[in-house]
Amino acid sequence: MKTEWVFAYKRGKTCLSVFLAVIIVVLLALLEVGCKERGQQEVSVIGSTSIQPFAELLGEEFHKKHPGTNIVVQGGGSTAGLQALASGIADIGMCSRPLSSEEANVFVPIVIARDGLAIVVHPNNPIKALTLQQVHKIFSGQITNWKELGGNDQGVRLIMREEGSGTREAFVKLVMGKMRVSPKALVQESNGAVKELVKSDPAGIGYMSLGLVGGEVKALIIDGVTPVCSEVAAARYPLSRPFLLVVKTQPQPSVQEFIDFVLSPEGQRTLEMEGLVRAK
Amino acid sequence: MNYDRIIRAVLATMALVAVSGLALIAVFVFKEGLPIIFRVGGKEFFLSSDWHPSEGRFGILAMMAGSLMVTAGAMVIGVIFGLGCAIVITQFCPRGLAMVLKPAIELLAGIPSVVFGFMGVIILVPLIRGYLGGPGLSVLAASVVLGIMVLPTVTSISVDALQAVPRAYLEGSLALGATRWQTTHMVILRAAKSGILTAFILGMGRAIGETMAVIMVAGNSLALPRSLLDPVRTLTSNIALEMGYATGEHRQALFATGATLFAIIMVLNTIALMVSRRGARRYSKK
Repeated sequence: MKTEWVFAYKRGKTCLSVFLAVIIVVLLALLEVGCKERGQQEVSVIGSTSIQPFAELLGEEFHKKHPGTNIVVQGGGSTAGLQALASGIADIGMCSRPLSSEEANVFVPIVIARDGLAIVVHPNNPIKALTLQQVHKIFSGQITNWKELGGNDQGVRLIMREEGSGTREAFVKLVMGKMRVSPKALVQESNGAVKELVKSDPAGIGYMSLGLVGGEVKALIIDGVTPVCSEVAAARYPLSRPFLLVVKTQPQPSVQEFIDFVLSPEGQRTLEMEGLVRAK
Repeated sequence: MNYDRIIRAVLATMALVAVSGLALIAVFVFKEGLPIIFRVGGKEFFLSSDWHPSEGRFGILAMMAGSLMVTAGAMVIGVIFGLGCAIVITQFCPRGLAMVLKPAIELLAGIPSVVFGFMGVIILVPLIRGYLGGPGLSVLAASVVLGIMVLPTVTSISVDALQAVPRAYLEGSLALGATRWQTTHMVILRAAKSGILTAFILGMGRAIGETMAVIMVAGNSLALPRSLLDPVRTLTSNIALEMGYATGEHRQALFATGATLFAIIMVLNTIALMVSRRGARRYSKK
């Protein structure tokens, strides 16, 4: 009995020592990281989640060429990015919609690429083309059956993005105007989820970034224009939006360097390979 | 002796940190959320399902209904199957099988919720869409997925409760000539009632708080659901879907959504606890 007690006591002691040791190691590691960061320059890029993956990619490439500068990219949404820029938290804001006139007074927008907004349906859906007006009527709930558009006798299933998404904002602005989207619309939280749903639902219709469409869903012809990069570049495709990096009037040299890199042929090529349309 | 005192101080500090962390979170959620409820008005906030943050409309009725429907559905499935499992494991199956079954069900608890959600989207949703109609993403899909997710909690706690019933009860009942099933439902289940209710409460807590899997299979639409096949948005998915982008009033409204969820969970738990206490008292009086 007594030996057992001693054993338990000893084991408790070892456990505690191990525990304390782990805590100390973690604290030291944090300290170490903290010291390392201090020697480097940091450019903070905050905003649209649609641009975020591209900005991260560009940031990594930039860091390879300029090891002294870290590009730290965060999401949060276009509007949140601009607010972060205004309050000095961010050095660069990412914005996937045009600036409003008040915003344009304060900030300098730099178009880094253009992105098309594809209206996508199931590949077996006989509908190939719609007018912008028809898309408007579908999403506001005035057209509820594919039959009304010459398709199968099947209810239309709307698929939206969540409130605050840049893609949603662009869609609402370009297609809906002041009209509200039908509350029956399903809401998915990413381009990927929208695609997954449209792919599996013959009655579904959704919208997503043109660069991410791929072959599993069908992107519709809108107002007679095929949704491809060249049509977006020629400004013929009606649903396109700019991807902006937004800065204050006097950016720091490191910020300017990053923007120059994004606009350089190399940066633009990266964006094009990811499915966007060059800014110039 | 000195060593003991140090340990005690360290442990007390840890406990204090943990508890005050929780308290601070609660205070913060209510501090951020309550002002907007007063500004918008309780009636508008709780009794309208008009949620258009960009236009300053914050009504969460549809989401409250959504959370309650999905949780209720999940508990029906979770309790029927979970309690069934627990009864089989403790009463009707050979010891060897029970020793395989229980850990197998507990293993389910280790599967991340994204995986459940993904399985739901890939397998369950197309089945519902194909055989029952509607968009597939629905109250039903969310209930089934959550029902499976609460199974391990409900089962393992119910098993513990049933095993804690004194063996004398079982033997006494059998000796009086009751069959095994009569003994189970008339004696064992009643004796284990408060434990089973605990299982129910914990399962419900998990179901109402689950977010990821629900976002994936519930459809998240803003309309008030009219049937089990309609898509639905829960309070938790509303927060998770929009938190990333929200600023200003919209952000506050999401905190208010969280505060509402907090209140609902507390009310549900209190009711369940009260019911279990009253039940236990009546049982002991008899």
